[in-house]
Amino acid sequence: MRLIGLRGATLGLLIAIATLLGGPASPASADPVDDALARFAADKYDETDKAIEGLVAASAQNGQAIFEAMSAGRLLYDPESKTVLIKDAGGALVLAKTGDPAPQALAAKPLKTVRLNNRVRRSLEAASGAFALQAPDPQKRIGAARAIFKTREPTALPAIEAALAKEKDASAKQALEAAKAAIILARQDAPEADRIAAADIVAAVGDQDALAALRTLPANTPPAVKQAAEAGVASIERWLGVANVVQDVTYGVSLGSVLLLAAIGLAITFGVMGVINMAHGEMVMIGAYATFLTQGFIRDYVPALSGASLILAIPVAFLVAGAVGVLIERTVIRFLYGRPLETLLATWGVSLILQQAVRSVFGPTNREVQTPEWLQGSVSFLGVSLTWNRIAIVLFAMAVFFALMLLLKRTSLGLRVRAVTQNRRMAASMGIRTPWVDAMTFGLGSGVAGIAGVALSQIDNVSPNLGQSYIIDSFLVVVFGGVGNLWGTLVGALSIGVANKLLEPFAGAVLGKIILLVAIILFIQKKPRGLFALKGRAVEA
Amino acid sequence: MKKFFRGALIAGAFAAAAITAAPARAEETIKIGILHSLSGTMAISETTLKDAMLMLIEEQNKKGGVLGKKLEPVVVDPASNWPLFAEKARELISNQKVAVVFGCWTSVSRKSVLPVFKELDSVLFYPVQYEGEESERNVFYTGAAPNQQAIPAVDYLMKEEGVQRWVLAGTDYVYPRTTNKILEAYLKDKGVAQEDILINYTPFGHSDWQTIVSDIKKFGSTGKKTAVVSTINGDANVPFYKELGNQGIKATDIPVVAFSVGEEELAGIDTKPLVGHLAAWNYFQSVDTPDNKAFIEKWQAFTKNPKRVTNDPMEAHYIGFNMWVKAAEKAGSVEPDKVIDALPGIEQANLTGGVSKMLPNHHITKPVLIGEIKDDGQFDVVEKTDDLVPGDAWSDFLPGSKDLEADWVAKKCGNFNTKTGKCGGQGS
Repeated sequence: MRLIGLRGATLGLLIAIATLLGGPASPASADPVDDALARFAADKYDETDKAIEGLVAASAQNGQAIFEAMSAGRLLYDPESKTVLIKDAGGALVLAKTGDPAPQALAAKPLKTVRLNNRVRRSLEAASGAFALQAPDPQKRIGAARAIFKTREPTALPAIEAALAKEKDASAKQALEAAKAAIILARQDAPEADRIAAADIVAAVGDQDALAALRTLPANTPPAVKQAAEAGVASIERWLGVANVVQDVTYGVSLGSVLLLAAIGLAITFGVMGVINMAHGEMVMIGAYATFLTQGFIRDYVPALSGASLILAIPVAFLVAGAVGVLIERTVIRFLYGRPLETLLATWGVSLILQQAVRSVFGPTNREVQTPEWLQGSVSFLGVSLTWNRIAIVLFAMAVFFALMLLLKRTSLGLRVRAVTQNRRMAASMGIRTPWVDAMTFGLGSGVAGIAGVALSQIDNVSPNLGQSYIIDSFLVVVFGGVGNLWGTLVGALSIGVANKLLEPFAGAVLGKIILLVAIILFIQKKPRGLFALKGRAVEA
Repeated sequence: MKKFFRGALIAGAFAAAAITAAPARAEETIKIGILHSLSGTMAISETTLKDAMLMLIEEQNKKGGVLGKKLEPVVVDPASNWPLFAEKARELISNQKVAVVFGCWTSVSRKSVLPVFKELDSVLFYPVQYEGEESERNVFYTGAAPNQQAIPAVDYLMKEEGVQRWVLAGTDYVYPRTTNKILEAYLKDKGVAQEDILINYTPFGHSDWQTIVSDIKKFGSTGKKTAVVSTINGDANVPFYKELGNQGIKATDIPVVAFSVGEEELAGIDTKPLVGHLAAWNYFQSVDTPDNKAFIEKWQAFTKNPKRVTNDPMEAHYIGFNMWVKAAEKAGSVEPDKVIDALPGIEQANLTGGVSKMLPNHHITKPVLIGEIKDDGQFDVVEKTDDLVPGDAWSDFLPGSKDLEADWVAKKCGNFNTKTGKCGGQGS
């Protein structure tokens, strides 16, 4: 008897040990939170997924902190004891379950991070969504509601209804209503009238996600609901058709602004001075590298200003690229005025030298220019989403354009430039130092190209090849717009940009570009001087 | 002024004499040709491989060289210019008398040097993943064939992410076009409908991705899980990923799996918005093995840059170079014909913990790894094949190449047609 009892106890102990060892798989553990947490230590995505589910089901008190730490890569575990820990933002370790400080002994151990893959990340988003519905910040609540609207996760319904009951913020309420409607629409057991009403609410949201919600109804949906959904799809599609054109045009304007920025410096060196400057792209590249250096300098020495480093890079890029431009003008180009073929070859050589010089100094790989916070992300307006950096480039291109216009029309340098380009000998006899004006003009054009480099560093590679990809486009814009006319460059850039973007959706990027090139060639055949031809004596000079 | 010029000229002449005289004085060496672009558009990727080769050769010389002779690297610069590749290859083989050449990146450069290697009967090791559909007697392919990269990646997306709709986006040239053709056939084989596949090509260096990214967004909003399979070439990737990040497409919504984006390419971007996007390779720097750790340490010491990253084609050169050394030692000679015969069957431990083997079709066995981008620009390996996958020169999913087989040992043929039982067919 005693023996049997002992054996029974041993057996019990063995089972207990087995349960402990087998931790994650065992349903026997008393506390569901412990059970879920132990799964994190299995280091398998399936188990991690289940752990998240478990935490949500148990509505663990520290759940949100765990999920936040997890998505930030700050959820750790000790492989030996299977204890799960959170490293908070300050670097201190706390126990995941309770939030209490972790014992010293644990902190000394080699802890491993709980790894995520996309599937786990999705579950995590859904799970933290349920918690975020209760967040004090209305923006966060809206974000969570939108996320649920997208996933239409049926299990989120009770959480949404609870949040709706106490929601006071109008736009958050709207987002929650939409999320609720999206779930109800897809629910088999909801009354038909509710589902039809839900279809209307979802249709009113009117974006791609709404379209997806309306299109993916289960097969056995009653016809009345289907009809309502189809009506919703039709109305959204009608609207999206309009929005698409608006979007293509805005994308075109944005591409046009990039072209304008790239070409505007060339409009001065080639357009106004008549120098076929093949090294123009390299000035853009130098501007981008100047941005990279400025950003690095500010990060290392004046970190307080790092948000403004792009703005500070503008004058630096202008001066550096401008100085290189003056140097090229004084050492190469001034000997070649009036000999376009030699200029072309010489500047082509200069461009290769500059590229290889940059490659030798900075290496052939891309350099990372950071995008400041205020340029990240996008804004959605009437169904058209535009990224902030593109909007900034449009505004910046316009600013540069009008500043340059002002400089040429309203300052004494501008007056001299115009005088020299219109009639060099007359200007010289009036006492203008034409060589000095030439150098300054070329420096100005190069400096403006350098400024373009600051903007392009935000959307393209900062590599020695940066300039090459813009040189052809730049010449195209200047020739198409009319050599010697800044307004022509503006109109030329924007029309090429918009035409390109309108062609792209149905012709594809490759064919679209070919069609555009052919169209421009034909146009130039017809009007060799471009859109806005300069008239009068200047042409003969 | 004139005097200065004369002085400079004399100094230059002396310097030139010193350079040309140096090799003549040295003891007899085995010359290794390195044919990678050091200038032009491809320099961004190829310069690293030149450095990796120099490091491997230096290592081998420390161990006593090959067959008792020191190795001497001969570096030439084909300047990303395809015809120049052929010229430089000829220069390496005919004038410099190199025993073997390691080089090329783009498929077009490989195709351009092929006739030269055939005519002068030399050996080329090609380290980059490529579109397959080729097997030549003089070329050894140490990069991945489509079945070692593209197809496992698609399988992973189907299995793990449940992807049903596919965007195949690529740069407009031979590698993406062939790979996408293979993938399209493979997907249809798996029951994916035509309307669920969107194929999109862009020119080299494409930088305005607004329309395409928003198209991808639209394509992905039908409710079916969507993924992008990207064969977008090097430079165009940065603006593509930037646009993705800015338009708010996260990896959890529409994952992008790339075949040309590695550690080196990510070094130029802020990877925080890209976390979770995928890449398929046969090697990642983050793989934790003793061999890899030692390799990374050596590389960072060699380049004197503690942050320098390693990548997949570097590992391919590591495997290829060591295979060549073993083959030369087995054959007791560095003569191309003997080395070519000795190479199939040679085994070499790779850096991810397996042993790669040179196959009779001149491709090698490799593990396939799927990695997710982490915020530090490295990859987290989320899937690794249990066994090494043998490289298949001729895809089983293309009608023209289904019946072809490459075997340089038994059949002495790169495109043996198993149906007709004859050597020759497509690609001959």
